[in-house]
Amino acid sequence: MTARPEPSAAAGTAAALVDRHYLDVRDLRVTFGTDDGDVRAVNGLSFGLERGRTLGIVGESGSGKSAASLALMGLQRGRRTTVAGEIWLDGENLVTASPERVRSLRGRQMAMIFQDPLSAMHPYFKIGDQIIEAYRVHHDVSKKVAKKRAIELLDRVGIPSAARRVDSYPHEFSGGMRQRAMIAMALSCDPSLLIADEPTTALDVTVQAQILDLLNDLQKEFNSAIIIITHDLGVVAEIADEVLVMYAGNAVEHGPVQEIFSAPQHPYTWGLLSSITRLDRTRSDRLRAVPGNPPSLIAVPDGCPFHPRCQYANLAGPATRTERPTLETVAPGHRVACHLPVEARVRIFREEVAPSL
Amino acid sequence: MNSHDSTGPASTGGAAPVGADAFLKGAAPPAPSTSPAAPVVMDKPDPVPMEKLAAVTTAASGDALLRVTDLQVHFPVTQGALVARKIGAVRAVDGLNFAIRRGETLGLVGESGSGKSTTGRAIARLLEPTGGKVEFDGRDITHLSARTMRPLRRDIQMIFQDPYTSLNPRHTVGSIVSAPLKIVGDLSGDALKARVRDLLELVGLSPEHLNRYPHEFSGGQRQRIGIARALATHPKLVIADEPVSALDVSVRAQVVNLLGDLQSELGLTYMFIAHDLSVVRHISDRVAVMYLGTIVEMADRAGMYEHPLHPYTHALLSAVPVPDPAKQHRRERILLRGDPPTPLNPPAACRFNPRCWKAEEVCRTVEPPLVEIQPGHQVACHFPEERELV
Ligand SMILES: Nc1ncnc2c1ncn2[C@@H]1O[C@H](COP(=O)(O)OP(=O)(O)OP(=O)(O)O)[C@@H](O)[C@H]1O
Ligand SMILES: Nc1ncnc2c1ncn2[C@@H]1O[C@H](COP(=O)(O)OP(=O)(O)O)[C@@H](O)[C@H]1O
Ligand code: SF4
Ligand code: SF4
Ligand SMILES: [Mg+2]
Ligand SMILES: [Mg+2]
Repeated sequence: MTARPEPSAAAGTAAALVDRHYLDVRDLRVTFGTDDGDVRAVNGLSFGLERGRTLGIVGESGSGKSAASLALMGLQRGRRTTVAGEIWLDGENLVTASPERVRSLRGRQMAMIFQDPLSAMHPYFKIGDQIIEAYRVHHDVSKKVAKKRAIELLDRVGIPSAARRVDSYPHEFSGGMRQRAMIAMALSCDPSLLIADEPTTALDVTVQAQILDLLNDLQKEFNSAIIIITHDLGVVAEIADEVLVMYAGNAVEHGPVQEIFSAPQHPYTWGLLSSITRLDRTRSDRLRAVPGNPPSLIAVPDGCPFHPRCQYANLAGPATRTERPTLETVAPGHRVACHLPVEARVRIFREEVAPSL
Repeated sequence: MNSHDSTGPASTGGAAPVGADAFLKGAAPPAPSTSPAAPVVMDKPDPVPMEKLAAVTTAASGDALLRVTDLQVHFPVTQGALVARKIGAVRAVDGLNFAIRRGETLGLVGESGSGKSTTGRAIARLLEPTGGKVEFDGRDITHLSARTMRPLRRDIQMIFQDPYTSLNPRHTVGSIVSAPLKIVGDLSGDALKARVRDLLELVGLSPEHLNRYPHEFSGGQRQRIGIARALATHPKLVIADEPVSALDVSVRAQVVNLLGDLQSELGLTYMFIAHDLSVVRHISDRVAVMYLGTIVEMADRAGMYEHPLHPYTHALLSAVPVPDPAKQHRRERILLRGDPPTPLNPPAACRFNPRCWKAEEVCRTVEPPLVEIQPGHQVACHFPEERELV
């Protein structure tokens, strides 16, 4: 992994984090060189996460959610890809660790679940054999022992008659069962960090409910740190302990789930909450959509990256267009990156945003 | 016109053949049997005896633009490579009755494979129904030939889910949007160009975009192009199949608003197909819930979301998490075990019975008809029961 120090790195964000967390991400930058210029997919992301906690990451397409999580797993290593910053997992910096070291941690300490289980499983090998293989990479056991473990895991994630289904091929499973099988594979080595990238987006709500339930149970059982990336604020409300809102490669707000929903302080978070349809109420005729589209990550707007779409930009003074706001702590565990004074944010949310949510 | 265009109704010009992809779907191994109908989170309520199995009514619909009676669409399942032998049928749609009033939006929800898209395609006559009747504007269109259907194509248009694949990448926006107009053939030259410009403006695109190609647009803009194409011929009925499912939050909200604005501006009638129950709540006047090719419950929006009656509707609604952590953690949840079974071999009598926690002997022997048990609220269940779930 190449760690190119960035002269422009906002050192402030990293320095602000003094506590040690089980997972500590500091000023993470992921840049893809392309013919059109550098794509700054992740642009100075910092956060910490403890074991036993679930972090929900939300944000529009292209905000850098997947790019960040692949970097955490050490899976971001194209020739023109640069990963910079620090990723501390249990006291070890993965950005400077050797690729072999990161590979051995992957599957032992950390694992990932993808939106499309088929892409993570080989179509021509039996499900069980794939789990056995993954397990034996890190455990010096016989095939027989590993198979027993595979059956246990499939059973644990709710595959009926696991002893028989262990010999099935991926295409013989439904979407929900494939997702379970992938979770079983991810769990084969009791990872202490589990990243799930849109794990239920392709599933029916009935199956989604089963999978979220399973993740909840497994977390209690294994005490892992879980990062779940999703577009669905309902899923976040259901499963997350804390929420990180990403915009243009960075966190704009991060806080306890209850607070993000009841007292959000960033105008983009307000925009997300206002623009969704809700199962639990009939909203007014028109949704309050955030206008426009997310910015290009090749030419991120100066100042606050959200300013071209922010209806409060004019209230925040000239800095809004020239200086990138840094994450400031506004309450325990709650950080916001916005130039508006805190009192203004609290008032705007209470008077203008909350009534129409 | 190349094959890519065949996703657009205006250009298929007739009943589409049973697609190869669907055969693949039909031939896929059936979902393995799962643990049976385990009663899950809930207590079993006292059965509500049903005395009113009599009147099977379609919603009282004074001014129906569309009326569907006992609609069936079955796909043959064949075996053998050279000589295909029919070994069964996928009963994708199996006896639907409903009507849509002028200016109304009917939402159609259900798990994947429940037959929503097939219903939409049969009504738009991209498929020929196997049985039953589709009446549009008072006219029976069930078995119209491609040629007799052509003049009606302008009145019934579809919007598709995937803005990436439903537009031909080699055609300019101008030619995509004008294609249905050319087929109908009443505009040409400058008048045609002017109409296309108007349409682009109507959906919030700049008329300068006329000569650009789909790949130059974002997902939301592409969906707007698809909407402009659908509206080109001044349709009366627009069938939107998951039109916002592939879109991101803020773009989704923009397109949802656009669909609403267009409806009030142009007096459109919508059939809105989606698996997202919250979007459907927002956009629909009435909602129908499908399960394995049948409608199990149909009601106006308030009835469906505030007083749902069918156990399957209860399970669906309770499975959707609401964006409010405190409320979500308090909510009652019904976890259905297993996967939706396949319409290749639907369970006898009530199709939901293997997954239903209230199932009794009668559910396995007598198919519950769709009956109106409150004004405007129909349900197909032997033990309907009001519950508050959202
Ligand atoms: N290998 C790559 N080369 C060039 N650009 C890339 C590469 N991978 C990602 N990007 C770009 O980086 C940005 C962030 O991508 P990422 O996949 O993380 O977004 P995301 O938030 O996960 O979006 P989605 O919700 O659509 O998956 C996007 O602009 C994307 O086009
Ligand atoms: N052309 C076809 N041939 C065979 N089976 C089909 C065909 N089209 C759809 N099906 C099957 O019919 C059922 C309903 O499909 P569909 O209407 O696409 O569901 P939905 O839109 O609700 O996801 C599914 O089981 C599907 O596999
Ligand atoms: S910094 Fe300015 S532009 Fe950015 S979110 Fe705050 S008010 Fe809006
Ligand atoms: S009729 Fe069907 S849905 Fe109603 S109680 Fe019986 S099995 Fe359940
Ligand atoms: Mg992604
Ligand atoms: Mg469909």
